Amino acid sequence: MSEAIIRSLKDLPSTHLLGGGTAMCAGCGGLQALHEIYDLLGRRTVFVNAAGCMTLLSVYPFTPFQSGFLYTSMSSAPAGAQGVRDALDILRQKGRLTAEEDMTAVVVAGDGASYGMGLSATSAAIERNLDFVYVCYDNEGYGNTGQQASGATPHAARTATTTGAHGHAGYKKDLFAIWAAHRPVYVATVIGSEPLDLAKKLEKAASLKGPRLILALAPCPTGWDYDPKLSVEIGHLAVKTGIWPLKEYVDGQVAHTRIPHPRVPVEEYLKLQGRFAHLFEPQRDDAAIAEIQAYVDGYWKEVV
Amino acid sequence: MTRTLLTGNAAAAWGARLADVDYVPAFPITPQTEIIETLAQWYDSGEAQGRLVMLESEHSMITAAAAAAATGVRVFTATSSQGLLYGMEMIYTVAGWRVPFVLVNVSRALASPITLEPDHTDILAARDSGFLQIHCATCQEVLDSVLLAYRLAEDSRVRLPVIVNLDGFYLSFTREPVETPDLEAVRGFLPAFDPDAIQFRATKPISQAVAVLGGSHYSYFRYEAHLAALQALTVYDEIAQDFAVRFGRSHPAVEAYCGEDAEIVFFMIGAFATKAKDAVDRLREQGWKVGLVRPRLLRPYPTALLRDILRGKRAVVVIDQNLSMGKGGVLHSELASVLYGQPGAPLLLSFVGGLGGRDLPPEEFYEMAKAAQNAAETGMTPEPRLLYTSGELRELRKLQAIALHERSQP
Repeated sequence: MSEAIIRSLKDLPSTHLLGGGTAMCAGCGGLQALHEIYDLLGRRTVFVNAAGCMTLLSVYPFTPFQSGFLYTSMSSAPAGAQGVRDALDILRQKGRLTAEEDMTAVVVAGDGASYGMGLSATSAAIERNLDFVYVCYDNEGYGNTGQQASGATPHAARTATTTGAHGHAGYKKDLFAIWAAHRPVYVATVIGSEPLDLAKKLEKAASLKGPRLILALAPCPTGWDYDPKLSVEIGHLAVKTGIWPLKEYVDGQVAHTRIPHPRVPVEEYLKLQGRFAHLFEPQRDDAAIAEIQAYVDGYWKEVV
Repeated sequence: MTRTLLTGNAAAAWGARLADVDYVPAFPITPQTEIIETLAQWYDSGEAQGRLVMLESEHSMITAAAAAAATGVRVFTATSSQGLLYGMEMIYTVAGWRVPFVLVNVSRALASPITLEPDHTDILAARDSGFLQIHCATCQEVLDSVLLAYRLAEDSRVRLPVIVNLDGFYLSFTREPVETPDLEAVRGFLPAFDPDAIQFRATKPISQAVAVLGGSHYSYFRYEAHLAALQALTVYDEIAQDFAVRFGRSHPAVEAYCGEDAEIVFFMIGAFATKAKDAVDRLREQGWKVGLVRPRLLRPYPTALLRDILRGKRAVVVIDQNLSMGKGGVLHSELASVLYGQPGAPLLLSFVGGLGGRDLPPEEFYEMAKAAQNAAETGMTPEPRLLYTSGELRELRKLQAIALHERSQP
C-alpha cells in the first residue's frame, strides 16, 4: 500500500484493483468491503480463500484479482495461509525469493467459515503468531447456500432455517472477542459503508506483523431481504444504531473508533430488512424489539 | 553408504532428510509420530535443515503442505489412519492442485472399533483421490520409496502428490538393516525441486485451485489428472531403473517372487507380503509351484504389468488386508477388473485377513494354496472367505463370559 497517511476521504486510493463483472449479487456489502480492503492492501497479496460467496469471484478461466489466489476449503484457509507464508519465508531465507517478490497472505472467508467450521484452524494460526491478514465478510448466515443460520446470525433474524414466528433464537457470537482473547497483534471491525474508518484500520493493520483480523459486516440484500440500493444506508444504520460497533484491539486494549451519539433506535435498522419483518408485521413485537434495543444499550453502557 | 538398524518410521524420516525437504507441516498420531519427532530433533539440533510446523489437525496439515508446495518449496508430511481420514477432504482437494509433495501414511486400522494395529482400509480410502500410492514391505523400501516418490511427484509429466505407505507396528516399529545412501548420491538422483510455474510471486500473479462451473470444464481437469496419473506408470519405470543403476536396489512397480514357474500366486501389498514370501519358500520346499506378486504401485494401477505377470497362471490367491463393507476385498475386485476377459487369465480367490494387525500364520497360507489348487483342478472359484478361526471365536466368547460374570458380581 502507499506510504501516505490516510486522514480524509481524499487520501483513499483512486485506483481499484478488484475487477468488475463478477457473479456477486447486486448491492453485496461483502464485495464493497473487499474492494476497499484490496485497494489498501495492494497488489502484493496472496488471497487464500475459504468456501463461501467470494469463492465464486474466480471462475475458471477468469479472475478479478491481480494477485495470487488459492482456494482451499471451508475450514482450513488459515492453514493454507500458514503454508504459503512459511514457504515464502523459506524461499526468502534461502535466497530464492527477493523482498520485492514477497507478499502478504490474506485469508478471505465468510462468517460461516470464520465463526464456525474454520475457528479451530484460525485459533491455531493466531496461536502460532502467523503473519497474515484475515478478512471476514460477515453477512450473518450461510449466504452462499441461501442464508441458513450461522454462528454469526443475530437474535430474532429470520433465515432459511429459522423461519418460526420469532426467528433465530440464538445470539450472534462475538468473534472480535474470541480473536482478542488470543492476544493477536490486531483486530478490527469495519464496514464498507464507512470507507475512511476502514482505510485507517487497514493502514494500521498493514503496518503490523502477525495475526490480524478485519471483520467486516456485510449487508446482504439477498440474505437480509432488502432492496440492493439500501446497502449503504443499512450499513450506516448498523453503525448509527450501535448494532455494529466500529472498534479495534491493539496492544491489549479495545478502542472504539466511532461512538454513535445519540444512538438511532435499532428499529430504524431492523425495519428496512425482510429478515426482521416479523417484528413489525402483522403486529408489532414490542418485546422483541425492546430486547434487541436493550442488548445494544447494554453493550454501549459498558463502553462509555 | 552406511548400513544401520532403522525402524520403518526412522527410515521414512531418513528419506525426508535425504530428500532435503524444506518444510514439514506435522500432527502427531500413533503409529506415525516417531517420524515427525525424528525430523523435529534433527532440525532442533541442526543436524539437518528444514522447518517443521505443528498444525492443529491433519485437515490443516494437508492444507498447509499443499499450500507450501503451491508456493514452490519441497514438502514432506506424514499421518496414519484416523488422521488420514480427518484430512480426507484435503487429500482429494489438493491432489487437484497438481502440486508435488510426499505424504507418508503409516497404515493403521480404522474405527470402529478404534484400534492401533494395521490394515489397509485407511489408505484405500485415499485410492480415488489423485494421490499416487507406493506400498512398502520393508524398511529399506520405505527410505528408497520416499526418494522415488519425490522424483515421481515432481516430474513434469506427473505433478501429483504421492503417498508412501507402510504398515503400522509391523514396519513402523520394527528395526531392519537399512542402507542409507550418501547425500551426494541422492542429489544426483533427486536434484533440488524446480517448481517451474508452480509458485506465488508478486510480479507473476497466479490463481490456483479456482472454481469451475459446469461438467465440461470440471471433466477437463479431472481427466487431466487421471491421464497424468496413468503417465506416472512410464515415469515410474524410468525412475526405478535410474535408482537401480545408482544404488543397486531394484524397486519395480510390481514385485514378482518366484513368479516365473509359479502356477499358484499369492497377491498382496505391504509388510504382510513378507509372510507370504516365507510361505512361498516353505511350500516350494514341499514341491508346490507357488509365487508371490506384490504391487508396490497401487495408483497408478500397473494394469499391463499385472496382466503380463499373471497370464497363464492357474490361480491367484488375493489376500486383502482391507474390507469394503458389503462387497469384500478391494484388491480382489480391482484385480478382477483388469483380468476379466483377458486370454489366459487365472482364477481369482478372495481372502480377507490381517485386519487390525491380525496375524496370517503359515498354516493359513497353506490352506489358501490348497484352496487355489482345488479351484484350479475343478475350475470352480470358491466364495470369498473371511479369515477367522474357531479358536479365535472361542477366546472371544471366553472373554465375553468373564466380563459378564464380573459385571454380575456385587
